[in-house]
Amino acid sequence: MGIFFSFFMVILLVLIAYFGIAAAGLHTLFGIIIPYAAFVTFCIGFLLKVIKWGRAPVPFHIPTTCGQQMTLPWINYSKLDNPSSTSGVIGRMILEVFCFRSLFRNLKTGLNNGNISYASDKWLWLAGLAFHYSFAVVLIRHLRFFLEPVPALINTIDSLDGFLQVGVPHFLLSGGVLLIAALYLFFRRTSNPQVRYISLPADYFPLFLIAGIALSGIIMRYISKVDIIKVKQLTVSLAELKGNAPEGIGTIFFIHLFLICTLLVYFPFSKLMHMGGIFLSPTRNLPNDSRIKRHINPWNPEVKVHTYEAYENDFREKMKGAGIPVEKE
Amino acid sequence: MYNGSKIIIGLIIFLAIATFPFYSNIGKSAGVPMPDTNTPVINGLDKKECVASAEYMKKEHMKVLDEWRDEVVREGKRDVINVGGRVFEKSLQNGCMQCHSNKSRFCDECHSYAGVKPYCWDCHHFKEGRI
Ligand code: HEM
Repeated sequence: MGIFFSFFMVILLVLIAYFGIAAAGLHTLFGIIIPYAAFVTFCIGFLLKVIKWGRAPVPFHIPTTCGQQMTLPWINYSKLDNPSSTSGVIGRMILEVFCFRSLFRNLKTGLNNGNISYASDKWLWLAGLAFHYSFAVVLIRHLRFFLEPVPALINTIDSLDGFLQVGVPHFLLSGGVLLIAALYLFFRRTSNPQVRYISLPADYFPLFLIAGIALSGIIMRYISKVDIIKVKQLTVSLAELKGNAPEGIGTIFFIHLFLICTLLVYFPFSKLMHMGGIFLSPTRNLPNDSRIKRHINPWNPEVKVHTYEAYENDFREKMKGAGIPVEKE
Repeated sequence: MYNGSKIIIGLIIFLAIATFPFYSNIGKSAGVPMPDTNTPVINGLDKKECVASAEYMKKEHMKVLDEWRDEVVREGKRDVINVGGRVFEKSLQNGCMQCHSNKSRFCDECHSYAGVKPYCWDCHHFKEGRI
């Protein structure tokens, strides 16, 4: 059910943008107002979510570890999998963010002659990397719409991305990889019964949304072309906080833009917040120094303690009188 | 907030990246491109007509050139294009640029604005004023 619901939600979004422009001509609404509102929602929502997480205490010291902890100097320990210092944590975090290191451990569980067996399964890791990196490259390339003059670096990335020199405008690899990777991630969710069972609309919707963004972008670049000069007039005016939406761009652009605005608004309230959340994961950002430093649960109530020393001070004479041995005479 | 200083530094980095397009344009002029059709050949024409309408050419000129390339180079169809009695060769340099002889003020005007670097020019080396 989640699949159809999510799919039709994205179709509905496309239709809203289509009729909003093609039938109602609401260029300012879809070109200026909604993008600004979406961007502000994204930024403020992101900040508030991270601050909310930051206010949550971490009751236990819970670094998940996959290697030997630091103990005696003559035992080699696993500096990246089980770091005991801040620098080790930074190293683990960099590998996690740029290489998806913990996803590399992904396993496939199966039954083998009645026995449970585990096998390596790198496809999720590979598709995840392809998806995120191509997304990043597409985003960086899109800066050509927002920056005037276009920095030479952006032009270089564009020509490297189009190095196959297929067609005009040249085919950009990252856009195609993004769409294919998103479709693979969807295929993975549906083809594996266990994964499908635990998948929710919140898993399908972002995939369809991003696939829809990539597809509308690809259509707009190669098939149903838009007036790029007017697009850039709009995007530069957005960046300069002037906001004027020229007419005659082509409806497909507003579909692309409206799906992106939806993504921005949806982002802070969804699992996509793993972008910020990865840095706040206790299992990733805590060094395993639980034998070196005492971790105190921040929500422990204030306990009034009466140490034995104080107890003896209070009752020393009575204890002596009753013949109970005391530590201090 | 726990570890507040670290989290706030992270959030400032996030905001600096997210709002990059807003502050990076400050102080730079964002002129709208004005492709210039003021060349001797175009000025000498009675009827200023290209191989297709301006509206079509704006979006599809690259496709037209791509198709011409395939027809001429791969299929050997060197027949000319006739628009209202005027004859155009299916060629960038011997066709289009006979009229549009001002690459920097016509082609480049939009291409650099939109960050488009067609690789046509890698081989078709064009020096302004030589045609
Ligand atoms: C989540 C962010 C976005 C994603 C994932 C995305 C994705 C894509 C993709 C895959 C393409 C196909 C060509 C390529 O690979 O570059 C494309 C093209 C395009 N996108 Fe986006 N896009 C995003 C944001 C935007 C924004 C914010 C705008 C402008 C307001 C925009 C405007 C365009 C335009 C005008 C094209 C056509 C490019 C051309 O003809 O060269 N996109 N987009």
